[in-house]
Amino acid sequence: MSAPRDKLGRPIVVVTGMGVVTSLGAGKKDNWDRLTAGESGIRTVTRFPIDGLKTTMAGTVDFVTADSSAALTERIAHIATEEALAQAGIGAKGDFPGPLFLAVAPVEVEWPQRFEVARAVGQQDFGYPEILRVAGGGRYAYLHHRFMFGSIARNLAETYGTKGSPISLSTACASGATAIQLGVEAIRRGETDAALCVATDASVNPESMVRFSLLSALSTQNNPPQAASKPFSKNRDGFVMAEGAGTLVLESYDAAVARGAKILGVVAGCGELTDSFHRTRSSPDGKPAIGCVLKTLADAGMAPEQIDHINAHGTSTPENDKMEYSATNAVFGEHTSKIPVTSNKSAVGHTISAAGAVEAIFSLLTLEHQRIPPTINYENPDPAIPFDVVGNKARDARVTAVMSNSFGFGGQNASLILTREPA
Amino acid sequence: MSQAKDVWITGIGILSSLGEGLDAHWEALNAGRVNVDETRFAPYIVHPLAPVSFDAQIPKKGDQRQMETWQRIGVYAAGLALDSAGVKGKPEFLSRMDMIVAAGGGERDVAVDLAILNADAKGNSAPGFLNEKLMNDLRPTLFLAQLSNLLAGNIAIVHGVCGTSRTFMGEEAASIDAARIALARIESGESDIALVGAAHNGERPELLILYELADFNLKGKYAPLWSRDKTHGGFALGSASVFLVLESREHAEARGAKPYARLSKVVSDLAPRKQAGAITNSLERLWSKLGIGDTGSLITGATGAEPATSEEKAFLQKHPGYAVRSTGTVFGHMLETQFPLGLALAALSISRGALFPPNDPTGFEVEKAGAPNQIVVEGAGHWQGEGLALVEAVK
Repeated sequence: MSAPRDKLGRPIVVVTGMGVVTSLGAGKKDNWDRLTAGESGIRTVTRFPIDGLKTTMAGTVDFVTADSSAALTERIAHIATEEALAQAGIGAKGDFPGPLFLAVAPVEVEWPQRFEVARAVGQQDFGYPEILRVAGGGRYAYLHHRFMFGSIARNLAETYGTKGSPISLSTACASGATAIQLGVEAIRRGETDAALCVATDASVNPESMVRFSLLSALSTQNNPPQAASKPFSKNRDGFVMAEGAGTLVLESYDAAVARGAKILGVVAGCGELTDSFHRTRSSPDGKPAIGCVLKTLADAGMAPEQIDHINAHGTSTPENDKMEYSATNAVFGEHTSKIPVTSNKSAVGHTISAAGAVEAIFSLLTLEHQRIPPTINYENPDPAIPFDVVGNKARDARVTAVMSNSFGFGGQNASLILTREPA
Repeated sequence: MSQAKDVWITGIGILSSLGEGLDAHWEALNAGRVNVDETRFAPYIVHPLAPVSFDAQIPKKGDQRQMETWQRIGVYAAGLALDSAGVKGKPEFLSRMDMIVAAGGGERDVAVDLAILNADAKGNSAPGFLNEKLMNDLRPTLFLAQLSNLLAGNIAIVHGVCGTSRTFMGEEAASIDAARIALARIESGESDIALVGAAHNGERPELLILYELADFNLKGKYAPLWSRDKTHGGFALGSASVFLVLESREHAEARGAKPYARLSKVVSDLAPRKQAGAITNSLERLWSKLGIGDTGSLITGATGAEPATSEEKAFLQKHPGYAVRSTGTVFGHMLETQFPLGLALAALSISRGALFPPNDPTGFEVEKAGAPNQIVVEGAGHWQGEGLALVEAVK
């Protein structure tokens, strides 16, 4: 262990606790075992009827139940957070010594609850005035509280006693990485010694699936469901919606060492860059993604050659995977072919708002175990994407610095560099 | 850490029920104008958006079609802010401008929702019925008009603001924290220039329902904020968007930009509201972090919701030397836009050398003569979160 400050003179930010929930299971152990065994968490949806849907599979978290996506989103965030806090052993129960940054999907009243209120109207051919007449009076007050955008953050903040105003954020598919970045920045600015970064998403409900489906973003290769997510394959046809949560306890290196905490890894760099090209498509020249990767390398004070593994965004959409390769190649040049690349989304699907944090945790586990989890369903490599994909079987490798990318919808790009030890 | 940099407010964009731009708002505030519609959603009251031609800031019809009203309002006001800061159309600034937008969700397709709810009421709820209606009747692009982060996305596309883009959610508190984080990033040198703001379309039946679920809507007759009480209380939703350009003093000076005011502090917290008096106590704790004197001016975004507004009033009554102005009376309640509006009106007042006059028949708001050097901006969420900011004259 060396200097407590990074090359730019800022406090070094380390990870001292991690918790994860995906369709593969709850907890780091189950997830890591199944991820490295090449298992898939994608299955045919049973939570609601799938009649009439073009896409009928997803990476749902079925071992936890809740009566709304918002409630499930909160439940799995709790499971991940409890695991992370138990590992970190920081603060006291209900008294976390820092702020909360929560990556979460936008919240709104959902169909079961909308039906519940409208059914109270008790007449036919009604409009909004009739619903408004039965909505008030307090019997549905819990629905207001449940479907406030800030509700999940508030409940987490109250449970874990985080300090200050909790921030809920959405940068689409990059949200999880942004939550980590906000925590890193707060520690580097010296505002806090610790931050609780949580990313959670349990959006698999009929309307969410229909919305993505109508944008032609989802894979429709429903049978068998576990083969649908195939990043970097020639026959990839879209992403697979999935649910998950990831929590990281970030601390300044000094604070972690002072309390004798075990350091699980270092967030050496983070970067973000917006794409103004299109509302859903990334700029085909990859310029914003290139800029994002370069900013992240600069933030970490590292050269491209120091990156020895990329945990890719790898959504399995035709455009995004291709853009990711060209952007990576533009930055890493000849070094690209020497970097083993994997996409966790092949196994757990795209956990959307949670993906950046879930994949950061898998990257840190990769550093810990010196083993890269496979990109499953890699049977038909796309020749236009000549990455060294860790296909189908986990690979033991010397890994010292991982770049984890999130190149998302609405032009939101964010990257992280995770290392084992302070540089 | 090196010394915190001074942060200036160099651009302000406002579009609201009173009109657009700084002159229109200054004139309307001084004339005591309020634009309120008691009939369209009766018995609910809204402060409707003033007539506007979106073409002026969103020239491409194709872009306008890809948005719903809340996004158009926001992209429009963002454009006004960029104009006001003198950076509009200047990629040398826009390409590295950071953006933090506080956003809720976008408009739903009310007709589709009602058709589904009515069919359900008639007993037509076979498995797959909902899927089929949504698959067939939702416009594919509606999702993009609803997604919270696509207000920022549209600002990036239309105006070319494409340094970084973060969207905070969580009603009123989201924009307090947006301002707090943008300020901290510029003070620390992580950012030179940032666009911060929010947009709200209050003329939406599904929002009225959301707030009616917990009885937050003002009903029947409009009443100025401080005249509302437990028997006739709550908020009237308003349509508005406010964006601010924040930048480090050195960055502004280097490009010859003039400040409206300086943003010195933003502090926020989440009071445990189950305890009576928690909001009053939380605001008091935040107040002590501002390091200000016994007299001055304060602009509050008090919502009219209880118990928040009564607790805010109790807090304000502990600082009788402060002349209070409420935006809720004039603009209604605009959730995420509440706090940026307070910041904008504080900066505007400082730049015009006067606090705008009271608009309050109860007399709680009092006249204040002279040019304000400092204005405190207060925001407390109708349900959670509270914060304060300090806006000061540039010396």
